Order: sequence, then C-alpha cells, then structure tokens
Amino acid sequence: MEFAFTEDQLAINDAAREMLVETCTTTSMRAMLKDGRAIDQDRWRTICEMGLLGMLAPEAAGGMGMELTDFVGIAEAAGYAALPEPLIELAGITIPLLARLRSQGFADAGDLLGSALGGNFIALGHPAARLVANADSSVALLLGDGDDLHLAERIDVQLERQESFDPFRRLFAVQWSPSPTTRAGKGWGDVADRGALLAAAQMIGLAQRCIDISVAYAKDRTQFGKPIGSYQAVKHLIATAQVKIEFARPVVHAAAAELPLGTLAARARVAHAKITAGAAADCAARAAVQVHGAMGMTWEVDVHLFLKRITALNQAWGTPHAHQRTVLERAMALPTGPETTFASALG
Amino acid sequence: MKLEYTPEQKAFRMEVRAWLEANVPSGPQPSFDLTREGFEAHRDWERKLNDGRWGMVTWPEELGGRGLDYIRWLIFEEEYYRAGAPTRVNQNGIFLLGPTMMEYGTPEQKQRFLPSMAAGDIVWAQAWSEPGAGSDLAGVRSTCTRDGDHYVLNGQKIWSSRAVFADWAFGLFREPGSERHKGMSLILFPLDAPGVTRRPIERMDGEMVFAEIFLDNVRVPVADRLGDEGQGWAVCMATAGFERGLLLRSPARYQVGVSKLIALYQAHKDELPASMAERVAKCWMDADAYALAIYAMVSKLDKGGKIGPESSTNKIFWSELDLAITSTAMDILGERGELMPGASEAGDVGTWLADTIFALSGPIYAGSNEIQRNIIAERMLGLPRA
Repeated sequence: MEFAFTEDQLAINDAAREMLVETCTTTSMRAMLKDGRAIDQDRWRTICEMGLLGMLAPEAAGGMGMELTDFVGIAEAAGYAALPEPLIELAGITIPLLARLRSQGFADAGDLLGSALGGNFIALGHPAARLVANADSSVALLLGDGDDLHLAERIDVQLERQESFDPFRRLFAVQWSPSPTTRAGKGWGDVADRGALLAAAQMIGLAQRCIDISVAYAKDRTQFGKPIGSYQAVKHLIATAQVKIEFARPVVHAAAAELPLGTLAARARVAHAKITAGAAADCAARAAVQVHGAMGMTWEVDVHLFLKRITALNQAWGTPHAHQRTVLERAMALPTGPETTFASALG
Repeated sequence: MKLEYTPEQKAFRMEVRAWLEANVPSGPQPSFDLTREGFEAHRDWERKLNDGRWGMVTWPEELGGRGLDYIRWLIFEEEYYRAGAPTRVNQNGIFLLGPTMMEYGTPEQKQRFLPSMAAGDIVWAQAWSEPGAGSDLAGVRSTCTRDGDHYVLNGQKIWSSRAVFADWAFGLFREPGSERHKGMSLILFPLDAPGVTRRPIERMDGEMVFAEIFLDNVRVPVADRLGDEGQGWAVCMATAGFERGLLLRSPARYQVGVSKLIALYQAHKDELPASMAERVAKCWMDADAYALAIYAMVSKLDKGGKIGPESSTNKIFWSELDLAITSTAMDILGERGELMPGASEAGDVGTWLADTIFALSGPIYAGSNEIQRNIIAERMLGLPRA
C-alpha cells in the first residue's frame, strides 16, 4: 500500500505544469480570442515534442505505455492553466481508444493512431459528451451509434457550431449517417469513466487556480486601509474552498489508480471523484468571484476564464446527479466500512 | 502508487482482528466520564491492550510499541473501530503528548513516561485552555515561577478532557511578566499534587467530560518540563499538529459511523424522501475522502515527509463530517430522535442522540474551526495576518 506519486511521476508533472503555466498565460489566451485562434501552434508543437500525447498509448504503437496515474497530474496541470488545446481528451481518451480498436483488428485505427500521436485532432462524440469538441479542426471523428463505434471522415459529417460561453470549448452538433463502411468496433469500454476522471482532474487544477488568483487579489486589494485578505470573512471564504480541494484531490488520484479495475467499486470512486472535484471547483469559482467583488463579474479580470471551464466540465462527462446514482448503488450494494476504502479490497 | 495491501499487511490485519475478537469486551462499557468505575474499566482495557503489545503500535519496542509504520497504524485503527473496541481513555496521552514527547522529550523523560502511558498506568489530561485563553491560546496567564530546581505553578485551567479522573496533565504556563508567545513552557504535573484542585464541569448531557483545574503553589521538578524553557509555544504547536492532522481522529471512526448510517437508512428507506439517499451518499463519499486523504498523508510520512499547516484542513473536514453523519441520522429517525434509548417508543435510536451532541463539540475542540480557517488562510495560502 502506497498512496503517493513516484519521483518520476512528480518530475513529469512538474515539467508539464511548468511548460503549461509559462506558455498559457491569460494574456496569451486573450490574444488568441482576439485573433479567433482556437489553438496556439507553438504550444501544441511543444506538447507533441514533449511526448505528452503518447503517454497512454502502447509502446508498440509508438507511445510510452504509461498509466492513468502517470497522466492524472498532467490533467490537473492542464486544468490549472485552463489549456485551450484538447491535450487531455486526445491523449487521455481518444488515443487509448484508438489503440484498443487497433488491437481488436480495426486496421484504420492504426493509421489514425499514428496521425493523432503526430498531433492531429481526432474528434470524439460519446453519449456522455454528445456535442463534439473541435470537430471542425479534426481529421476524423469517432462517433457512436448505440453501442457501435464509427469512424467518420470530415466529409462524411455536417457540423453546426454550438457556441459555448467558454470560448475555448469549440462544440459542434454532428449530423451523420452510420454505415457498415464507417463501423469501427463495438463498445465504449472505459471511455465514459476516463472522461469523468480527467474532467475531475482538470477541475482540481482549475479550482486551485481560482484560489491562487483570489489570494493574489486579496493581498493586493485594499479597503478600510488594509488588504481585504487580512479580514476573516475573506479568509474563511477562501479557506473553506481550499478544504474542499484538499479532500477532492486524493479521491481523484485514487480514481486514476482504480479506474482500470472496472468494478462497481472502481466506477463509484470515479463518480465520487467527478462529483467532489466539481463541487470543490464550483465552490472555489464562486469564492473567486466574491473575493474579486464587482471586478469578478467583468471580462477584464481573469476569473471568468476559469469559472466558465469549471461550469462546463462540471456537467460534461456525466452530470453530478448521474454520478450520484453510481455512488448510491455502490454504497448500498457493496460492503462499507474501514476495510473497504480501496477497490482492490472488494474484488 | 499501489492501492493494494501487501500480503504482510493483510496478515497483520488478520492478526489484529483475531486478537480483538478474542479480547474486546462484549456489550457497551460504562462511560469513562461519569464514574470512577467506568474510568477504571477503561484503564483495565488499556492494560490489556498493552499486554498484547497493541497499546501504541507505531512506538519503538523499547517504549512499549511495535515500531510499525503508519500504514499499519491505520490498519490497526480500522480493525479497532470495526471491532467496536472501547474509546481510548488515554487518547490525550497516546495521541497528543506521546508523539510530542517523541520529538521533544529527553531520553529520561521518554523512558519514564512513555511505557507507563502505553500501559494506561498514567492516564493524561491536557491543561492548556484558560477562562481567558481559548482560541487565543497565547493569552494564557497561569504561571511557572522558577525556584531552584523546581517550578511553582499558579493559575486556572479549563476544558481539560478526562481531567476529572486522569492521573497527570500536561499544561502550558508562562514565566511571570512574559507576554504572548514568549516565555511559555510545557510542564507535566500530577493531578493529585498538593495545591491542585479539580472541579468537574457537567456537559449538556450530564457527563463529566471535562474539568477545571486550579493550581495553588504546585511544586514541580524542572525535569518535568517538556522541551526547552520558554519554548512552550513551539512544543504546543507540534502537539496541535498531531491533534488536528492525523492521530486524534482516525478515518475508521467515521467509516464505521457511515456504515451504521447506511443500515439505518436501509431499514427506513420506504418512509424517506429521495433527498435522504443523497445525504447518505454524501456522508459515504466524505468518510471515504477523509480515509483517502489520510492514506495519502501517511504514505508521505512513511517516506520521510512532514505534515504542515494542511493539518488544519483535516480538523475542519472530520468535524463537519461528523455533524453531517449524525444530523442525517437524526433526520432519518424523525420524531423518535429526541427519545432517550430507554424510552419504550425509542426503537432503533441507538446512540445517535449522544453522538449528535458530541459532534456539536467537534468544530470547537482541538482549536475552533474558525481558528483553523485562519491558519489555512495565513500559513497555507499566505494571506496577511489581521
């Protein structure tokens, strides 16, 4: 039993976080919005060069063959930076899915896997994430028809942009017709769980970012002759949100380790992670608005960049209500109590 | 990251389970806060634990322990609560003073005090708060006046849990004339020493859970000071870290509480609104979240890491969790919730009412949650002091 990241994992996380925080400044994000750019090509190149896209792909397919516990910290860092590019969805969900389809004998998946590892977007339309992100800039789309998976080319589909209030979430309604030629395989496997886990991890990062910008502002902003951060009402608002983060983060890390088990206990931990990270992020975002006062409501101050992503991710990949059903099922059907904390103990 | 117990850890769990099954007294024990008999029954249990070398498993063998790591301590605690074993009457000693003494005690002090603590021969009370020094602990006014190789203690302490029947106390005193965080010393003294008077304070449910302690020229050898003279504040903050962070409230306590809550919910769910299921599920999640956070903290400690001001987040979380569990149970019980267990209509009220009353004190003791939030804001996040 060891519930801690390895030195290697911490080093990779730190390197990725450093790069993301350094390049993904809110100034640069605002410049992207002004120019109408959805991706920063320089950063995307760096992401590809660092090998982040291939972390979860098998070594035989040119990836690094790593595990979700290696990647969950990257998702946290991407959340902290409110990264516009689809690194987490591509590397954490789509690429592992393509690798599975390839191993199940679907030849086209191999080509697409190589393409995705090279940095091309492959869009994903899952029942729990019905609107497809970045569909217009993708070379192909993995779509679902019931339990069947289909691979559509860009020309096979009609796209209608569904504008999100998070300007970096570029969502599309996709019109298409499944056919035997597009069919790529059967069964989503753990895609929904991965989506929920990685949304949760991003929300942990986003929540911490909300705290950090609030602390910085509360040190700087003066009222009644003192920094507002010296007043208990402000301190307690921020501290309350930080407590929620501290007790959501380990749940997310445990979910990353347990997700591959696929049991009810493991799925419930993922659901727990999604609910609790979402609640912590929501609390932190509200605190950030409140601490910034009227400035928190403006376009000019950065709070909204994080608040919007949190609001979107909280409902994406399964709503809190939907995940609650899984938690409840687990709490009622499986043993509870001190020796049942880890899914491995429940078979 | 390996979220699986090793075969050795599993075997250890079975060893603990077997011993507890053979030794835990059956049926509820008399309260240690009501009568001398109840207190002594709990002391006997401490002795029995110590005879099995289960008193304090993380302590070195020569001091009465087994020298085990914190993961095994958690496993021990899980089994302890699973078995419904008696509440540790000496928790102020073994969980607070003990670890502090490991860090600040002289070899002589460790030899003199720790084995007797593990054995329950000396049961400890904490004597920190005063009528004028609660949240503002640095406002302590009780004094230690140096007189050769002795201190003379004077003043008044309050809210000392277990002090009604305990044997010794560890108290915070200051040199006459010193101010705030300076000039304080942590001093150990017997509660039956000449000049010590104890007055029990009745809690709202009638139990004598704490006492006032009056000190009138109590003479204590200088050798019974823990840590350096004048360094009492730093020593106390180390103790407070153990109190808030890890040892005082192990997660198993709440996981057992949630299991009971789920059983209560399932027995009554046909009469309950759907929203109750969500509250029960929230309690399950939070109890497991606390367990996971503690496993993460312990993994860090076992690798040589330290616990910092983040211990304050633990204290807030477990105290609020306890309130959530007990208030959910009370809402499930509905109008029966107010009934004492002996009432003929009480049904399965169990100990929920008593647990609810106790949970109310969680956000107050071990440093109020308001103070914890200040600590998080100032020391964890770096916000300016008022």
